Amino acid sequence: MYKILKAGKLAGNIYEMVVEAPRVAKHCLPGQFVIVKMDEVGERIPLTICDYDREAGTITIVFQPIGASTEKFTYLKTGDSFRDFVGPLGRPSELCEEENLEETRKKKILFVAGGVGTAPVYPQVKWLHEHGIDADVIIGAKTKELVILEDKFQAVCGNLYITTDDGSYGRSGMVTKVIEDLVTTEGKTYDHCVAIGPMIMMKFCCLTTKKYNIPTIVSMNPIMVDGTGMCGACRVMVGDEVKFACVDGPEFDGHAIDFDAAMKRQAMYKTEEGRALLKLREGDTHHGGCGNCGGDK
Amino acid sequence: MGDVLKKVPVREQAPKVRAANFDEVCLGYNKEEAMEEAARCINCKNAKCVTGCPVNINIPGFIHEVKEGNFEEAYRIISESSALPAICGRVCPQESQCEGKCIRGIKGEAISIGKLERFVADWARENGIKPTAPAEKNGKKVAVIGSGPSGLTCAGDLAKLGYDVTIFEALHEPGGVLVYGIPEFRLPKLDVVAKEVENVKALGVKIETNVIIGRSITIDELMDEEGFEAVFIGSGAGLPMFMGIPGETAKGVFSANEYLTRNNLMKAFREDYDTPIVRGKKVAVVGGGNVAMDAARTALRLGAEVHIVYRRSEAELPARVEEVHHAKEEGVIFDLLTNPKEILVDENDAVAGMTCIRMELGEPDASGRRRPVEIPGSEFTLDVDTVIMSLGTSPNPLISSTTVGLDTNRRKCIIADEETGKTSKDGVYAGGDAVTGAATVILAMGAGKAAAKGIHEFLSSK
Ligand SMILES: Cc1cc2nc3c(=O)[nH]c(=O)nc-3n(C[C@H](O)[C@H](O)[C@H](O)COP(=O)(O)OP(=O)(O)OC[C@H]3O[C@@H](n4cnc5c(N)ncnc54)[C@H](O)[C@@H]3O)c2cc1C
Ligand SMILES: Cc1cc2nc3c(=O)[nH]c(=O)nc-3n(C[C@H](O)[C@H](O)[C@H](O)COP(=O)(O)OP(=O)(O)OC[C@H]3O[C@@H](n4cnc5c(N)ncnc54)[C@H](O)[C@@H]3O)c2cc1C
Ligand code: SF4
Ligand code: SF4
Ligand code: FES
Ligand SMILES: [Mg+2]
Repeated sequence: MYKILKAGKLAGNIYEMVVEAPRVAKHCLPGQFVIVKMDEVGERIPLTICDYDREAGTITIVFQPIGASTEKFTYLKTGDSFRDFVGPLGRPSELCEEENLEETRKKKILFVAGGVGTAPVYPQVKWLHEHGIDADVIIGAKTKELVILEDKFQAVCGNLYITTDDGSYGRSGMVTKVIEDLVTTEGKTYDHCVAIGPMIMMKFCCLTTKKYNIPTIVSMNPIMVDGTGMCGACRVMVGDEVKFACVDGPEFDGHAIDFDAAMKRQAMYKTEEGRALLKLREGDTHHGGCGNCGGDK
Repeated sequence: MGDVLKKVPVREQAPKVRAANFDEVCLGYNKEEAMEEAARCINCKNAKCVTGCPVNINIPGFIHEVKEGNFEEAYRIISESSALPAICGRVCPQESQCEGKCIRGIKGEAISIGKLERFVADWARENGIKPTAPAEKNGKKVAVIGSGPSGLTCAGDLAKLGYDVTIFEALHEPGGVLVYGIPEFRLPKLDVVAKEVENVKALGVKIETNVIIGRSITIDELMDEEGFEAVFIGSGAGLPMFMGIPGETAKGVFSANEYLTRNNLMKAFREDYDTPIVRGKKVAVVGGGNVAMDAARTALRLGAEVHIVYRRSEAELPARVEEVHHAKEEGVIFDLLTNPKEILVDENDAVAGMTCIRMELGEPDASGRRRPVEIPGSEFTLDVDTVIMSLGTSPNPLISSTTVGLDTNRRKCIIADEETGKTSKDGVYAGGDAVTGAATVILAMGAGKAAAKGIHEFLSSK
C-alpha cells in the first residue's frame, strides 16, 4: 500500500496528491510517469510525475477526473492509500539528463503547458533552473481559476506567459497564438520547444512550431496497461515507425507524430468507459433503460 | 476396467456450456479414475517418459504410488523435481514431452501423465499438504527478478537451501504469464496459481510487487546498496511483435498480450472490475501458438465469432494439440494457409475488415518446416471488426540496457549457461523466456532450478 500524505485541490477540478513511494522517489527524473491502481478492482492509470522529494521519499501527482477511474481517485483523502503505485516508468526528458547538459545550455528553450499538462512541465523547468538554465514558459488554461502553479513557475523560469481561452486572466486566446506573437512580433527566438497538454493542443502547437522550424518535443498519453513494454497498447506512429510510448517515450519528436491516429486510438474504449462513469455516478439508483449504460442487457 | 490401450477419459465441461463461461474446461480425474489410469502404467525399468520431461520427474515412481492410493507419497516424489505440479500438469505440452515418449503410446494411447500429475497436486492442495519447510537460514540475500515460473522455482529452491530470497515483480500481482497470459479456463488463478505462489511464500520467500528492475532500481544497486549477493533474472519474453501491415494501429487491433492481460490479470470479463475490453462481434486472431488459442477462446467467451488466421497448415500449428482440439469443439473457425495483407479501416479509424491471401506449402525452410508461399490472385476480405495479433515477442531491453556487463545474443536474449544459469556478469544468473525466447512453463522452471543450483555453488564457494 502506498500512503497518501496529502490530498487536495489545486484549482477547479484539478487535484494534487503527495504519495509515499520511496523506490520511485529515489530514481525518478522529470518526464517520467507512474501507474496507479486504486484498489483490487481498479484500472492501471498512468500519471506523470509532477514533483518528487528524494529525502522524504514522496511523489506528487496532479490529475483531472475525466472518467470513472480518475473520478474514484477524488474520493481518496489524506491518510488513505493506493493499492499499487509503480514507477518511474518511461524515459526521462532528454533535457533533464546530466550528460546532455552541455548541449542544453546552448539552447533557448520554450515550454508550452496546457491545462492539467501544466503540472508535469514544472519538474522539467525546475530541474533546468537548478542546473542554471532558465526556460520561458507559456501556460494556457480555459479560464482564470484553472491556472495552476503560477507562483511555483515564477520562481524557476525565465519569462512566464499566461493565457486564458476566455481572456479572464493574462493574455487572451490559445497557446498557439502566444507562440506566434512571441516569435513574430515580440522578437523572441527559440531553438527548442516542449509542449505538454491534451493531444489536440500538442497537435496544434506542433503545427505552429513547424512553421518556425522550432524542434518540438511532446509527451504522449495513449492508453496503457502494463507500462513495461509487454502489451503494446500504447503504440504510436512516429514517422513510419511503431513506438511504444511506455518504454520508447513518453516524449517524442512532435513533428513526426501522427496525432490524428493517436487521438482516435485514445477514444477506443469510449463507449465502455462512458458506461462505467454513468454506473459510478448513478450507483444503485440507476437500473438501465437509458439506452446508454447497457444495464438492460 | 476399460480398454487398456486407451486413456481413462477425463471429465470436461461440455463445449457449448464452457464456450460461455470462464470456468475451468478440464475437470480432472477423481481418485478412482486416477488409480485406474495409473494402473495402465507398466512401470518401465528404463522409463522413456522420464527423459521426455525437462525436469526428469520420477514418473513411474509417482504413478506407482497413485496406483496404490498413496497420494501423499506420490506428491513427495513429484516435489523432488517440480515446484509447480498443479500448473505443469495442466499446461505442459505433454504430447511432445513425457507422454510423447511413453511406451504405451506405441500401440495405444500414452499414459495421461499430465492429468495424473495434476490430480496428485490438486489432492495435496485440497488436503493441506505443503512442500517441506526450509532448512536453517544462512543469512545470504538473493534477489529474483520476475515472478513467473522461472523466478518462482529459483526462489523456492534457494529458500529451501536457507537463502533469504526476495522476488521483485513489475506488475501488481505475482505469477508472470501464469496470471496475465494463460486464461482462467485453463489455469484457475485463485485455486491454482495463487496457491502455488503461497507455497513459495511459505518457504520464506518475500515478494515485492510494483518494482521494475532497470527503472525503480538497477541490478548493480541491488548488489552494491541493498546487499544482495546474487541475482536471478527471470523477466520473461518481452514485447509483442506486429506484422507491419497497413492498418495495424487502427482501433480494434490488439496484441494478444494486451487482450489477455486485460481479461486475465485485470479481469475485464468480470462485472465488478473496472477494466474495459472491446467485445468484438467478429474477431480474427493472427497466429497459431498457445497464445493465439488462448486469445481466440477468450474472445469466443466474450461473445464473438472467432477466426484463427494462420499461414501454415494444421500440422504445423505450434499450439498444444489439446488446445486446438478444445478450440475447435468450442466453435473457433480455423482459416489455415491464410495470411493477412492489410487491415481495412473505416472513417473513424476502426477495423472494417482484413484483406488476406491464401497460401500453399513450398520447400522446407531453415527450421525444417515447409515454407508457406502466397497463391497469386487469391486475396479475399475477412469480415471482422477486431484483430488480435499473436505473432510472438522480442526481448524487453529494460534490464540488459541498464546492467553493465550483461551480454545478450543476436536475438537480444540474455546469454546464460544452460547448466548453471550463469551470465557474463559476476553473481548474475538468468533463465526462462528471457534467455530462450518464448518457450514453455516447464522449461522456464527447469532453468530456474538449474540457476538455483548454480547460485548455491557460487555462493558456497565464495
Ligand atoms: C504517460 C501518461 C501520463 C499521464 N499523465 C497524466 C497526468 O499527469 N494527469 C492527468 O490528469 N492525466 C494524465 N494522463 C491521462 C490519464 O491516464 C487518463 O486521464 C486516465 O487514464 C483516464 O482514466 P479514467 O478511467 O478516469 O477515464 P476513462 O473513462 O478511461 O477516459 C475518459 C475519456 O478520456 C480519454 N482517454 C482515455 N485514456 C486517456 C489517456 N491515457 N489520456 C487522455 N485521455 C484519455 C478517452 O477518450 C476516454 O473516453 C496520462 C496518461 C499517460 C499515458
Ligand atoms: C498466453 C500464453 C499461453 C501460454 N501457454 C502455455 C502452455 O500452455 N504451456 C506452456 O508450457 N507454456 C505456455 N506459455 C509459455 C509460458 O507461459 C512461458 O514460457 C513461461 O511463463 C515463461 O516463464 P518465465 O518465468 O521465463 O517468464 P514469465 O512467465 O513471462 O514471467 C516474467 C515475469 O517477470 C516480470 N518482469 C519482467 N521484466 C521485469 C523487470 N524489469 N522487473 C521486474 N519484473 C519484471 C514480468 O512482469 C513477469 O511477471 C504460454 C504463454 C502465453 C503468453
Ligand atoms: S512436468 Fe510436464 S513434462 Fe514433466 S511429467 Fe509433468 S507434465 Fe510431463
Ligand atoms: S513410459 Fe509410460 S508406461 Fe512406461 S513408466 Fe513411463 S508412463 Fe509408465
Ligand atoms: S503500456 Fe503496455 S506496452 Fe506500453
Ligand atoms: Mg477508465
